[in-house]
Amino acid sequence: MFTDVPLLSLIIWVPIIGGIICMFAGDDRKATRARCIALLTAFINLLLCVPLYLGFDKSTSNMQFIENIDWIAKFGVHYQLGVDGISVLMVILSTITTFLVVIASWRPIKKNVAQYMAAFLIMQGMMVGVFESLDAILFYVFWEGMLIPMYLCIGMWGGARRTYASIKFFLYTFLGSALMLIAILYLRTKTTDFNILSFYSVQLTMTEQVYIFIAFLLAFAVKIPMWPVHTWLPDAHTEAPAGGSVVLAALMLKMGIYGILRFSMPITPDASQHLAGLMIVLSLIAIVYIAVVAVGQTDMKRLIAYSSVAHMGFTTLACFVIYKIVAKTGDLHDAYLTLEGGMVQMLSHAFSTGAMFLGVGVLYERLHSREINAFGGVAHKMPLFAALFMLFALANVGLPGTSGFVGEFLIILGSFKASYVITLFAATTLVLSATYTLWMYKRVFFGKVMTQGVEDMHDLEMPEYTVLFILAFLVIFIGVYPNALLSVFHTSIGHLLELSTTSKL
Amino acid sequence: MNFTAPDLLPAIGEMFTIGMICVVMLAYLFFDKQNRGITYFLTQVTLLGAAVIAISLYGHPTEITFDGSFILDSEALLLKIFILLSSVFVLMYSRPYIRDNEIAHGEFYLLILFSALGMQVLVSAYSFITLYLGLEVFSLPLYAMIALRHNRPVCQEAAMKYFIMGAIASGFLLYGMSLVYGACQSLNIQEIVSMMSLSVESQPMMLTVGLVFIAAGALFKLGVAPFHMWVPDVYEGAPNAMTLFISTAPKLAGFALLLRLLVEAMPALFPQWQYLLIAVAVLSMAVGNIIAIAQDNIKRMLAYSSIANMGYMLLGLIAGTPRGYGSATFYIITYVIMSLGAFGIITILSRKGFELEKIDDFKGLNSRNPWLALMMLLIMFSMAGVPPSVGFFAKVGVLESLVRADIVWLPALALVFAIIGAYYYLRVVKVMYFDEPIEKTPVILESFDAQLAISINGLAVFFLGLFPTTMIELCQKAFLA
Repeated sequence: MFTDVPLLSLIIWVPIIGGIICMFAGDDRKATRARCIALLTAFINLLLCVPLYLGFDKSTSNMQFIENIDWIAKFGVHYQLGVDGISVLMVILSTITTFLVVIASWRPIKKNVAQYMAAFLIMQGMMVGVFESLDAILFYVFWEGMLIPMYLCIGMWGGARRTYASIKFFLYTFLGSALMLIAILYLRTKTTDFNILSFYSVQLTMTEQVYIFIAFLLAFAVKIPMWPVHTWLPDAHTEAPAGGSVVLAALMLKMGIYGILRFSMPITPDASQHLAGLMIVLSLIAIVYIAVVAVGQTDMKRLIAYSSVAHMGFTTLACFVIYKIVAKTGDLHDAYLTLEGGMVQMLSHAFSTGAMFLGVGVLYERLHSREINAFGGVAHKMPLFAALFMLFALANVGLPGTSGFVGEFLIILGSFKASYVITLFAATTLVLSATYTLWMYKRVFFGKVMTQGVEDMHDLEMPEYTVLFILAFLVIFIGVYPNALLSVFHTSIGHLLELSTTSKL
Repeated sequence: MNFTAPDLLPAIGEMFTIGMICVVMLAYLFFDKQNRGITYFLTQVTLLGAAVIAISLYGHPTEITFDGSFILDSEALLLKIFILLSSVFVLMYSRPYIRDNEIAHGEFYLLILFSALGMQVLVSAYSFITLYLGLEVFSLPLYAMIALRHNRPVCQEAAMKYFIMGAIASGFLLYGMSLVYGACQSLNIQEIVSMMSLSVESQPMMLTVGLVFIAAGALFKLGVAPFHMWVPDVYEGAPNAMTLFISTAPKLAGFALLLRLLVEAMPALFPQWQYLLIAVAVLSMAVGNIIAIAQDNIKRMLAYSSIANMGYMLLGLIAGTPRGYGSATFYIITYVIMSLGAFGIITILSRKGFELEKIDDFKGLNSRNPWLALMMLLIMFSMAGVPPSVGFFAKVGVLESLVRADIVWLPALALVFAIIGAYYYLRVVKVMYFDEPIEKTPVILESFDAQLAISINGLAVFFLGLFPTTMIELCQKAFLA
C-alpha cells in the first residue's frame, strides 16, 4: 500500500528541511512564525508515522520499508534504510518526543527562537536516521552529526555553566565514537559493503571479537551512559534547556542501547558472552551506586539525570544477563522475557523521565531555580501539576499500573534464572528509586509555602498541560497494556536473540 | 642529435597564463588609473581561463613532453583546477581588504598570477629540474607578497622568516636531488624510477640520505612537523589576505611535490619513506592538535590546525596504495576548501585599520551576522571531522585506506588526536554562538564578491559532505590510470 513512497526517507528529511526553513524564518521579532513552522513540521512528521505503524508487518523480523541507493559507490557506502520491530518503535518515539518538545518550548524559549526550533528539528531528523540506517557509515554520519545541534542547544540556551557542559558533552561522546569508526572500517575489510546485516554473518575470531566489542562498547557506553563514563550526563542534563534534557533522556541515551542491540550483540556474540560478567557488574554498579548518589542531590535536574543513569543500568543489565540465563537454563524462553523487559524499560524511561524533565522545566520557568530547597508547598499553588508530576514520579519508581513497572518486573524476574545475587542487587532499585524520587517530591511539593516566589506561582498553562497530559496517557497506557509494545518487537527480539546467542567461532 | 619540436598541448594552460600575465601587467600600467577594476577583472579572467583550459583537457590521455620533463596526467590536471579555482576565491575574498588597507593591488594580483603559474608548472613537472623551477616560481612571489604591507614591521619579519626558511628548504631539496642524481645518473623521473630499482642494491646509503633530504625539503614546504616552525609565525605575521593565499593553493602544490618526488620517483624506496612519513605524520598530528589548544590568536590556531591536517593527509600516502593516494588527494583538496573558507571569513571581517586576529574577535558573530556564523560553523565542524561535512569523509578516506593496508593502530591514534583537535574548533563555535558580542552592531558585507564567495565556499563544505561521491571518484581515478 505504501511501498512506493520513501516513507523512511521522508521521516528523516521532512524535519531537517523544515528545520532549515525555520532557521531562516527571521529573528526574534518573528518568533511566532518560527514556532508555527516548527510545530507544523513536527506534526506532519507525526502523521507520517501513522502509515509507518499501520503498514508495519509485526509477524516478520525482516527489515521493512527498505530503501537502497548508492551513495559513495567507491567505498561501498549505500544510503540504505529499513526498520524492524525494534527500530520502528524508536522512530515513532522520536517523532512523538520532538512534537512534545516543540510545544513545551513554545513559551520558555524567547531568545533565538528560530535557531532553537531548527536545532531540534534537525536533531530529530538525524536521530531517526540513526534508528533507520542499515548502512554502518550512514549510521555513523547520523550518530555523530547529531552532536552538532545538541552542542549548540546546550551551549546557546543552557544554564549558567552551559559552555563547560556543552564542550564536555561533545568531547566525551566524540571520544567514545572514534573507535567505533575503526571497528566499522575493520569489519568492512571482511565484507563487500558497509551493510550492517552483512556484518552479522562475518566470521571473527575471539580476539577480533573482543577488540571490536570494546570499540563499539566505548561508543555505546558513553551514550547510554554506563558507569564509569557517565559523568558528562549530569552536567549536560543540568545545563541543557528543558527541551534539550528531554531529548537527551528520551532519545539520545536510547541510541546507546539501540547500538548494543544492533551492533555489539549480533556482530560479536562470543565476546558478548565472554564479557557478559563484566557488563553485568558495571550495570549493577550503575543501578546501586548511582542511585545512592542520586539521593544526595540538591538540584532537581541533576537528581533526575542520575536516576536516568540508574535506569539505563537496568536496560544494559537486561541485555547482558541473557547470556547468563541461557548458560544456566539452556533455553531462550527466559532470556526472551528479560530482553523484552529491557526494551519496555527503555521506552518507558523515555516517557517518565522526559515528563519529569519537562516538569522541572515548568518549575524553573516560574521560579528560575532548580534547587530543591528553593521550593516547598508547590502542591498548594499548582494542584493539577502536582498530581501529574506524582504520576511521573511513581512511573519512575516503577509502581504497578505505570509503564515503569512492566520493564523492571520482567528484568528482575528474568535475572532470577541467572543468579540470586544479581537479582538481589537489581532489586535494591525498587527501594532506592522510591527514596530519591519520593523524597524529592515531598520536599518540593508538600509542606507549607515558605517563600514569596512559590506563593506567586500559577498552575499549568495550555501548552504545558497538553504535553503533560499526553505523556501521562502514554505512561498509563503502556503500564496497563504493555502488549501494544511487546507485540511490535516480539518477533524482532526473537531473531536478535538467536543471532546474539549463536557462536561465530 | 635530432631536434623534434615538443608537443605544446600539455603546457597550453601555462602558456596562456604567462601570456595573460603580460597583458595584466600592461593593463595595470596604462589603464588602472582610469578604472581600478580592470586589473582585478583581467586577473580573474586569467585564472578562470586557465582553469577552463585545465578542465577541458581533463580526460586527455597521459602525455609526457619537453623531453620527458613535463607531464599531463589527470592528477596534475585535478590539482591545477583546484589551485586555480582557489586562487579565484582568494581574490574574491581579498578584494575589499586590499582596497581598504591601501595595498598596491596591481602588485598583489600579479604576484598571485606568478605564483599560480609556478604552481601549475610544479604539478606538471616530471623531472627534478622542472620541479625545482616550478617550486621557485611559486615561492618567490609569496615572500614578496607578505612584504607588500611595508608599513607593518610584523609583516616584514614574517616575509623575512618565510624567505629564509623557504631558502633552507630549497637547499635541502637540491642537495637531496643531487644525491639521487649521483646514484641514478638522471634527473628525469621516468628514468630515475627504472634506474633506482638497480641502484637500490648498489647505492642504498646514498639513496636513503638523498631521500631524507628530499623529503625534508618537501615537508618543509608543506609545513609538517618537525619542519613546521615557520608556519604559525608566517601565518600570524602575514596580512590576512596573504595568509589566506599561503594557506590554500601552495598546500596543493606542496602535495604535488611530495607526490612526484616520493610516490612517483621513488617507489623502490617505499619501505624507507613509509617509516619516515609515519614518524612525521604522528608528530604533526600531535604537535598541531595539542599546541593549537593553547592559542588565542585565530591565525596561529589555524596554522597549527594546518600542521595537524597535513599529518592526516600523509596517512593516505603511508598506506602506499592507489586508494591511499587518492584519499590523500581528496583530503588535501578538502582541506584547501575548508582553509579557504576559514581564512576567507577572517579576511572579509577585517576592515580598514582592524586586523581580525584574536579568537575573541569572533564573539557573538551569530547575533551580528548569522549567515557568516553559520558558514564558519560548517567549516569548523568540517575541520574537526564531524559528519555530515566533507571533512569527515576526507578523514574516513585516509583511515579506510590505512585499515585496508593492515595498519590499524595508526588510524586509532589519528582519531585520538582528532578528538583533541575537536576542542579548539569547538571553541571558535562557542565564541561565535554562546558569547555575547563585544560590539552590538551587525556586520554587513558591502562586497558582493566576498559574500558570494563565502556562501559558495561554506555550502560546498556542506554539500560535498552530503554528496561526496563525484569528488572522491575524481581523486581516486587520478591514480588508477
